[in-house]
Amino acid sequence: MSLYCRFKGNLGQFELDAEFDLPESGISVLFGPSGCGKTTLLRCLAGLNRLEGQFDINGETWQSDTHFLPVYKRPVGYVFQEASLFPHLSVRANLLFGQKRVKTSQNINGYISFDRLVELLSIGPLLERSVVRLSGGERQRIAIARALLTNPRLLLMDEPLSALDSHNKAEIIHYLERLHRELTIPIIYVTHSHEEVSRLADYVVVMETGKTVAAGEVNAIFTRLDLPIQHDEVAGSVLNGVVAEADRQWGLVRVAVSGESIWCRDTGLELGDSVRVRVLARDVSVALKPLVDSSILNCLQAQIVEIKDDARNSIALVRLEISDSGGEQYIVARLSRKSISQLDLQIGQNVWAQIKSVAVM
Amino acid sequence: MLDAILLTLKLATVTTVVLLLMGIPLAWWLSRSNSWWSEVVATLVALPLVLPPTVLGFYLLILLSPTSAPGQMIESLIGFRLPFTFAGLVVGSVVYSMPFVVQPIRNAFDAMGERPMEVAATLRASPLNAFFSVAIPLASSGILTGTVLGFAHTVGEFGVVLMIGGNIPGETQVLSIAIYDYVETMNWGMAHLLSLMMLVFSFLVILIMNLSEKRLRKRLA
Repeated sequence: MSLYCRFKGNLGQFELDAEFDLPESGISVLFGPSGCGKTTLLRCLAGLNRLEGQFDINGETWQSDTHFLPVYKRPVGYVFQEASLFPHLSVRANLLFGQKRVKTSQNINGYISFDRLVELLSIGPLLERSVVRLSGGERQRIAIARALLTNPRLLLMDEPLSALDSHNKAEIIHYLERLHRELTIPIIYVTHSHEEVSRLADYVVVMETGKTVAAGEVNAIFTRLDLPIQHDEVAGSVLNGVVAEADRQWGLVRVAVSGESIWCRDTGLELGDSVRVRVLARDVSVALKPLVDSSILNCLQAQIVEIKDDARNSIALVRLEISDSGGEQYIVARLSRKSISQLDLQIGQNVWAQIKSVAVM
Repeated sequence: MLDAILLTLKLATVTTVVLLLMGIPLAWWLSRSNSWWSEVVATLVALPLVLPPTVLGFYLLILLSPTSAPGQMIESLIGFRLPFTFAGLVVGSVVYSMPFVVQPIRNAFDAMGERPMEVAATLRASPLNAFFSVAIPLASSGILTGTVLGFAHTVGEFGVVLMIGGNIPGETQVLSIAIYDYVETMNWGMAHLLSLMMLVFSFLVILIMNLSEKRLRKRLA
């Protein structure tokens, strides 16, 4: 853990009280409903808002009780919700705005050159265009490149997809995944979208009304039954697997997840690809015996490790460990309390988890 | 007549330069400040819009006169007397035309919002650097409007000039005063000529301003 922050204080009516550590690389997502303080927290990290607190990154202190490094002296890249390109400058001048203001050494760890970044984000054809004539996705790509060209040691992204239509969203996600593989610096990404978090996050910090309530690896966080995110209709677990077999006849691939197999729609994957699959809690049902004569393709052996049964509600949540995953991979099933009682489900019991639908992220 | 025209142009140019140097930082401060007294300052700046120029000129005359304490102080500080001199005219014109420069520039800064300056800061631009490389270019249409209005308004002023500058040919007799003089002495021909020139000038200035502002806005939209 090489990034630590703690902020506490009021901004207008809003009270923020947050503290967390983050890994030194990969995408960490600040996740929570709108208005829970994610953006404020991100702005505090950049120095755009000032609350009392502490912020250390890689052994350097950007903020403490006695010290506050102003925004323009922080080696940070910030991508705003709207691309916020400068309308009085060309695309190229926008890109160079930050780069020419930093003294960059090419030997620095994680350095990406202008040309490499232009290639990674496919913005070559846009360079000489006027900023006003770009699509939403193109604008956001320029904004990302512009931030990265300052050679930051931390990249902050504030819901960079929320202002885009679904086509542009898919385009930017694709580029973000590319960058994820290429960049060595940590990325902190704010979103309230379950889809984005399950697709991009390595690490998740969950926020609620100004407070950080949980933090951890993405699979661990999304299978915790005590977090309010489970109440969302689209709450689901994220599993890591490898493409092990392709069935061209039916357009399916088999993803191996800790010794078990999950069949998914083939979206042009190659054998050996590492993939993430997302299983919504509402799509998982539980049976005591393996089902025959069913249309459901995916039926995994699993063990019940936790049951959250709220008497005020007709629904209960059940956490299942996929057999042989060694406590690594869990899924959550949303069942009616009546079924739990009728099947007499108990912790430690071995069951069959039937998964109605799986999405490859 | 030529004297009056040249003097008017000189006064308007000097006044506009002074107004921009003072007005741009003032407009920025008014746009960004959250304190209640910034609105008091904004009101003071706007006063010449409603006050009769003679009232403004009267107070300025009192304030700058060698018989008043502030007037004596200013005189000993700068080494010469302001009333009935060209420098005095500049002071009067700056006060009188200030709202026409500050208001459009402030509006442009307001319309810009906080975001561009925040983006600039995350791209390593210091506040001063961001002001010149982002705020000023983004407010360029407002600055253009302020410049033209300040210049044109100074060319067209009468009351303040008469009160503080009097009617000294070559020193304080600007066009508007010269026209008044010609009418008083029944020189209708000259009055016609100068008035027509003023009319055409004013029309052209406002037309050109409107056209170029439209173009600038389109470019930044």
